[in-house]
Amino acid sequence: MRWNKRKLTDRIMSFLAASCVVIAVVPLLSILYTVTVNGLSSINIDFLTKLPRPVGEAGGGLGNAIEGTFIVVGIACIIGLPAGILSGVYLSEYGDNRFGRFVSFVADVLAGTPSIVAGIFGYAFIVLYFGSFSAIAGGVALSVLMVPIVTRTTEESLKLVPGSIREASLALGIPGWKTTLYIIISTARGGIITGALLSIARISGETAPLLFTSFGNMFWAGGIDKPVSTLPVQIYTYAITPFPDWHAKAWGGALVLIILILILNIGVRLFTKKKYGM
Amino acid sequence: MQNKITVEALNAWFGAKHVLKNINLCFQENRITAIIGPSGCGKSTFIRCLNRMHEVVPHAKISGTVLVDGRDIYENGTDPVDIRRCIGMVFQKPNPFPTMSIYDNVAAGLKLNGVKDKRILDKAVEESLKKAALWDEVKNDLNKSGVSLSGGQQQRLCIARALAVEPRIILFDEPCSALDPISTSKIEDLMIDLKEKYTLVIVTHNMQQAARVSDFTAFFLMGEMIEFGDTKQIFKNPKEKSTEDYITGRFG
Repeated sequence: MRWNKRKLTDRIMSFLAASCVVIAVVPLLSILYTVTVNGLSSINIDFLTKLPRPVGEAGGGLGNAIEGTFIVVGIACIIGLPAGILSGVYLSEYGDNRFGRFVSFVADVLAGTPSIVAGIFGYAFIVLYFGSFSAIAGGVALSVLMVPIVTRTTEESLKLVPGSIREASLALGIPGWKTTLYIIISTARGGIITGALLSIARISGETAPLLFTSFGNMFWAGGIDKPVSTLPVQIYTYAITPFPDWHAKAWGGALVLIILILILNIGVRLFTKKKYGM
Repeated sequence: MQNKITVEALNAWFGAKHVLKNINLCFQENRITAIIGPSGCGKSTFIRCLNRMHEVVPHAKISGTVLVDGRDIYENGTDPVDIRRCIGMVFQKPNPFPTMSIYDNVAAGLKLNGVKDKRILDKAVEESLKKAALWDEVKNDLNKSGVSLSGGQQQRLCIARALAVEPRIILFDEPCSALDPISTSKIEDLMIDLKEKYTLVIVTHNMQQAARVSDFTAFFLMGEMIEFGDTKQIFKNPKEKSTEDYITGRFG
């Protein structure tokens, strides 16, 4: 084969692109590898179902943290998903005005807010008001992070629905609100569900907003107005101690969290593999 | 023969742009009327005024009267939704609802207007697909996606969808411009069948098509209606110079 300038450029550029892929993928694989190697040994049935034990005692687990994560993320979903999805519908369907552009801007700013600030919000508005750390405060803080993500993805997927679909529906004598609800949203549902699941995956791993909202404890959840343990906070708590026993538990917790988020992402994949291949 | 639609002094604007200028035109019942003219002459805007789809576009304005069976569809208190239910529309590009099956596409108009009875829906779907000459091709695949069909089949699906809500008038906005000649001739045959029961208005760029299917033809130019008459007369002896220039291909 003869080398000329065009082929040489092609080779160099392909090589550069491939190197960038390696740079992007290596840290990811390295994290997965490290967490699996260090965490796998701690995981057993007790680890997933039992309460933590004091340092030095063998056994025990993170059952309460897993439970707490589900409670706090559940609360965040109850608040964040309707607010986010409806805001997205508003922006895409009725938001072509000054107020709509303002809401878009606010959503963008909110999306860029450091997560610790969401924690301070939950602390200031819920914890101080009720006088105690609580699962609700954690859920509210996480929903603050969730709303802009869901709003934006909903808006974007609705805007992808061609205008001709809306016209087809209106021309059938279907009223505007039914067109939005049953035709436009149903056409965009794949994108909306994907956005919702990705936002859940994103907030499930948040630690900072929970540190001084849901706080943490060593027992099963006593109610949504009480502090609850969550996986990220529990991992953080264990990881900053000097005890190797707890370090191992932190690794195990990290592996559980990664697996949960992985399951969510696989869920996204299954949902986006849509029924009719569009 | 009765006038189904009577348009009087119709003007339409997009913002400050005056796109239709004082149009007066009648459409006869159970006849096909074609509207021809070069791009941008206001043909599509005109038929969108006939089922109040023009006002869906932001900043669109309209004045004048459109009488359907003697009643002004722009009268105060008239709900555009009711108007669109009796005046169906088929668009230039086939636009079936992408996440719905063939069955649901046809049933959509009825379902979303409150029809729940499965037997009524089944019957309406079958009849509409038969009228649209699509039944034999899809009767075993009613649960398949509407967008899995070919372009011509999709367009007939859209016609079936429009027929299912039982309109009396159907507006076709360049229904064949995205289709191949075989699909086009199927749709043309279909339109000729449909005129027994419906009043049809078709906008087309294709003059042979207008000559083949229509009973009457209107020629539009720069937002004005230049000439209207029997299709044979328009194509054989146009009265206006610009009509003749257009149909002989001298411009447009």
